[in-house]
Amino acid sequence: MKEYKGRVIAGGYYKGEAAVSHQGFNTLASFQKSALKNAKEVLVSDQNNKDLFGVNITGKALCLPITIGSTTGGLVIQTVCQMGIAPACFLFSESIDSLAASGIVLAKIWENSPVIAIDRLGQDFLDNVKTGDTIEVLEDGTVKVGV
Amino acid sequence: MYEPKMELTSEQRDILNGSQGPVMAKIMETVVMFGDIFGAPRLVKVTHHDGHLVTSFGIKLLKPLFSTMDQLIESGIKTKGKFTVDPRPIDYENVKCNPLEKLVFSKIMYAKQAMYEEQLKKVGLKDSNAFSCAAYLPEIGNTPKEGDILSWAESSAVVFANSVLGARCNRNSGMIELFGSILGLVPEFGFITDEGRKAKWKVIIKCKNVPEAQILGSAIGMKVMEDVPYIVGLDKLIGNKLDDKTIGYLKDFGAATASNGAVGLYHIDGLTPEAKKYGEKLILPDAKEYVIDDEEIERVYRSYPIMWKKPEKKGNLVFIGCPHLTFEQLNSWTDRIKEGLKETGRKKVVVRTIITTAPDIKDKFMKTPKYQELMATGVKLTTICPLMYTNNPLTKSRRIYTSSNKLRTYSFARYAKDKEILDFVVGKESK
Repeated sequence: MKEYKGRVIAGGYYKGEAAVSHQGFNTLASFQKSALKNAKEVLVSDQNNKDLFGVNITGKALCLPITIGSTTGGLVIQTVCQMGIAPACFLFSESIDSLAASGIVLAKIWENSPVIAIDRLGQDFLDNVKTGDTIEVLEDGTVKVGV
Repeated sequence: MYEPKMELTSEQRDILNGSQGPVMAKIMETVVMFGDIFGAPRLVKVTHHDGHLVTSFGIKLLKPLFSTMDQLIESGIKTKGKFTVDPRPIDYENVKCNPLEKLVFSKIMYAKQAMYEEQLKKVGLKDSNAFSCAAYLPEIGNTPKEGDILSWAESSAVVFANSVLGARCNRNSGMIELFGSILGLVPEFGFITDEGRKAKWKVIIKCKNVPEAQILGSAIGMKVMEDVPYIVGLDKLIGNKLDDKTIGYLKDFGAATASNGAVGLYHIDGLTPEAKKYGEKLILPDAKEYVIDDEEIERVYRSYPIMWKKPEKKGNLVFIGCPHLTFEQLNSWTDRIKEGLKETGRKKVVVRTIITTAPDIKDKFMKTPKYQELMATGVKLTTICPLMYTNNPLTKSRRIYTSSNKLRTYSFARYAKDKEILDFVVGKESK
């Protein structure tokens, strides 16, 4: 088990499975197909994401460096949170980017979403965590990998 | 009640506490909380009040957007200036669809389009021609000046405004840009500050010829992600004047950096305004380096996955113009297609070809003789967003070629260089 401490953007407790993107996570490209189909789960549709293309990330701990791509990103995160198909947590190795931050803030204030977001977990976190690992997230921003 | 970390004026605090009603309080809370995440010390005034919104499409699933717009309208809330918005999704006259596609577009996907456009009008839409991702071009006229502070979204517009116009705008998300335009205030962090405009990467261009703008942008975007690159060597290839041709190049280049990565600002040595003023002083001391030569451009080009169901088959649809073409690009494409057809001895393009541009540029172009010349080639000219077209799952079966790296990223379209696209549409090369 390895433990990391990040900054709490939106706190909460979570225990579940990790889904890991080592590259920038393109929010629109990843969510758009599932969201457009009104699907009950998100299968990542970003053809450029070798780690997560086709992977179900609904309810999981999405581990990523930052999000990239279209500035619809924040609204897309708000929408998938509203639809109940978002990842349960966003765990960023770097400082959160402006689009993901917008999405988390919009989801919290306008949708009362329970989504969790922790940033600044460090490169070591992203290097060690693997898709399928069990993750525990504590209210204070502690993230335990391989519990 | 949210306790802000940044310093607010008494008027801003009053709004947060509900002096202008609960919806304005939520808008203020959103913008303040967003700024607090980035350590913004305060809110600063937007100096170019005309906003630009990224969400132009009445797509049914965007319930949070429609519901927020309703709340704004019910509360009588409008933006401080008028705003432009990304392109419309549908144009059946020029982008023909079969009955089933029409059904999916009009009744399922974009069923809320008319309702949403009414909402936009009530909140501050500029006019019915305001639908373009390149609204900063002079024909549309939402053109900030150097040093202006903006509240915009649309990744390609933000990167253009920051880099080519020298304006100051963060990579705002949809909704945040609207809220900033309503308040006339944005949090002071990132690209709004001098420090946030410094480069963490020095990109050295060693290409022998002008690299394809969309591949160069893609290469840089994928490498630097959200950092600011300072690019040297490119001015030797594309010149050091911001003329019409260079503006078109930088528009396409920037869109690729922003969609294949998350670039919101780039500096080009000897060309873009801040690079001309401050030169390599804009590069941070510990900046990383990335060298791009012709081989690297080719490697990046070859790395794009092909998402067609039957990649061995020929393409059957071509989209040119994402972001929307400039007036110069539209004229240039017309000339190249005409010349290409002359060379192949054909009168019409051999594949369904759709060119996209802004409504105001289309209107201007239609008044010139070139419009009829372009129409004579069989090419269709539209003002939609091709991405909105490819969002329809029924279009998956189409084998779309595009010279837009943004469209490639968000759809099943296959990227090809401008010259390859041209050869294909005029029947010189079978793709």
